[in-house]
Amino acid sequence: MMHQDSKTLLAVRGLRATVNGIEILKGIDLTVKTGEVHAIMGPNGSGKSTFAKTLAGHPAYEVTGGEVMFEGKNLFELAPEARARAGVFLGFQYPVEIPGVANSQFLRLAYNTVQAQRGKEELDPLEFDDFVREKMKLLEMNPDFLDRSVNEGFSGGEKKRNEILQMALLEPRLAILDETDSGLDIDALRVVAGGVNQLITRDNAIVLVTHYQRLLNYIVPDYVHVMDGGRIVKTGGKELAVELETRGYDWVSVEHKSAARATTA
Amino acid sequence: MSVTTGNNYLESLLQGQPQPPAVPLAWFNELRADAVDRVGALTVPTTRDEEWRFTDISPLTRIPFQPVRSAVQLKPADIERFALPEAAACLVFVDGVHAPQLSFNKTGVVVANLAAGVTQHDSTAESHLGRHAEFHNNVFAALNTAFLYDGALVVIPRNAAVAAPVHLLYVATQTETASYPRCLVVAGSGSAVTVIEDYVSLRDEVYFSNAVTEIALADNAHVSHVRVQRDSGHAFHIANCAVSLAQASRYRSVSVALGARISRYNLNVLHAAEGAECAIDGIALIADNQLADTHTCIDHAKPRGMSRQLHKCIVGGAAHAVFNGKIVVRPGAQLTDSSQSSRNLLLTGKAHVDTKPQLEIFADDVKCAHGATVGQLDSEELFYLRSRGLADDAARNLLTYAFGAEVIDRIPVASLKRRLEQTVLARTTRQP
Repeated sequence: MMHQDSKTLLAVRGLRATVNGIEILKGIDLTVKTGEVHAIMGPNGSGKSTFAKTLAGHPAYEVTGGEVMFEGKNLFELAPEARARAGVFLGFQYPVEIPGVANSQFLRLAYNTVQAQRGKEELDPLEFDDFVREKMKLLEMNPDFLDRSVNEGFSGGEKKRNEILQMALLEPRLAILDETDSGLDIDALRVVAGGVNQLITRDNAIVLVTHYQRLLNYIVPDYVHVMDGGRIVKTGGKELAVELETRGYDWVSVEHKSAARATTA
Repeated sequence: MSVTTGNNYLESLLQGQPQPPAVPLAWFNELRADAVDRVGALTVPTTRDEEWRFTDISPLTRIPFQPVRSAVQLKPADIERFALPEAAACLVFVDGVHAPQLSFNKTGVVVANLAAGVTQHDSTAESHLGRHAEFHNNVFAALNTAFLYDGALVVIPRNAAVAAPVHLLYVATQTETASYPRCLVVAGSGSAVTVIEDYVSLRDEVYFSNAVTEIALADNAHVSHVRVQRDSGHAFHIANCAVSLAQASRYRSVSVALGARISRYNLNVLHAAEGAECAIDGIALIADNQLADTHTCIDHAKPRGMSRQLHKCIVGGAAHAVFNGKIVVRPGAQLTDSSQSSRNLLLTGKAHVDTKPQLEIFADDVKCAHGATVGQLDSEELFYLRSRGLADDAARNLLTYAFGAEVIDRIPVASLKRRLEQTVLARTTRQP
């Protein structure tokens, strides 16, 4: 929830980015303050996932214009790992399987790296095991997932739970959750959303990237943004998501285009 | 094909060594004399020999390896770090010479120095020693056989199961010396044993280790064989291992190549009777200017045999890995089921791998699958790890380690597995 002493976490101004030389993001403006939940919606191909991955520093996306300040720092001067340590977290749409790396080992490495950055105590394997098991209860995850390779052979729902588990461990300032609801059945959606809700505080913020309104029944946004053609074309409150669910995306696009024509004329 | 200096070089190796003491067994002395003859007739292979096409061993012939003048007396503390707590027996050889004060045997079966054991187990030794590892056309096996004396003799009686592993530790200590590790394992019908061959060095010296191992499995015997080559980075390591499988026997091996400037491992597994199984896995992890060559041959001579093979190479620096995996299915070896996979990871632009599956199939009702891949680290996996705060090099190390862990995990001795995992992690950490 928004509150009076909230601070600006993320300030995106005129962001442009390309993939393989094709421009996908064509000037995005967005401000996210502490305590806020933002939803970014839009049709397939509108640039939602590109926006999320660009913020996290995926090497396939080249920033060609604009700037992004995160807590007053230029985000694009930071390597992906430095962004993570500074408190930016991307929940992947398709979490990557890493055969041969035990999930427990991966989670502990990530946790300790971020802890060290914050000048806090690192945990040895035994201490971490106790700690992570508590966090897993939040997501109703079976501890057996600690012994398996990272995401290998996990179902879609298990992968998404594992993403939110990482979020719970790393305690980011800004979590960008890319299509976290995709591939989840209704029970899993309730559990995952419940986990996210428990992680929301006055000092952090969440950006939910989603195609459907379904997730927003569980995690209620303060703002809903609609992306189309690489830009944010409409911003509203949570009621906008309900309207999109009934009317689809076409009308937003049409409205935006006619507004744009009116401005030019 | 020969190097002009080849024969001189071999002669100097033969003459430079003290005559091994004669053992009072006619067949043993004849075997050795036969091998000396073969050394005289053979030459050091060059890259013009098909079997040595990718591996130039001429640097070996430029160093005048001297005999081990006197056995170095090591203290238990010197080799403590190589000890395996699980081992029920350990035979230690220092520069090829048996060190009884460092060895022990609590297995209740024969785990003895060959020189002594051969007289007590005369008929077993006679029917196997030098009978599996062919030396008439293999100069390095012939050289080793010419110096038959100290070595490991492991004899497991019928239906005996030795639960704890047998550790054979070959320690190199002296510079510019040649040693000839030898090992014979005879597993009786229905018996089971795990044997670990471990090649280590105390210092980063130049030396030449030329090993021969023979393993004979009787009907229904199970042998697990772990081979760890962690020689000095300046060493030369050439080894031949021959395995013979009787009916329904099962052989599993994991070989790990980490050390040596140039190493070559030939592993030949013969399915000599019906229904035998083998699983031979290997990993080479090399960097700098190392060369690691693994040549394997699985010979399905009889029907209903099964073989599985996973070989991996992780190549950094300007190193060069070679894998040649031959699978032969002889006429009549019907219902053979064989699969082979060669997977290779190149960490730098200068790293190089030659991988060659070689299938020779002369039976029609068989299943033989093989595949080879050569690649680099996956960029999506790297980004995923970095997005969780891991530095680029830490992420690369972890993925490299994971690639190797698939093979290391198959080692059935926990302490050795853990130690090798740490070694691999440390190794990958210092890759450029």
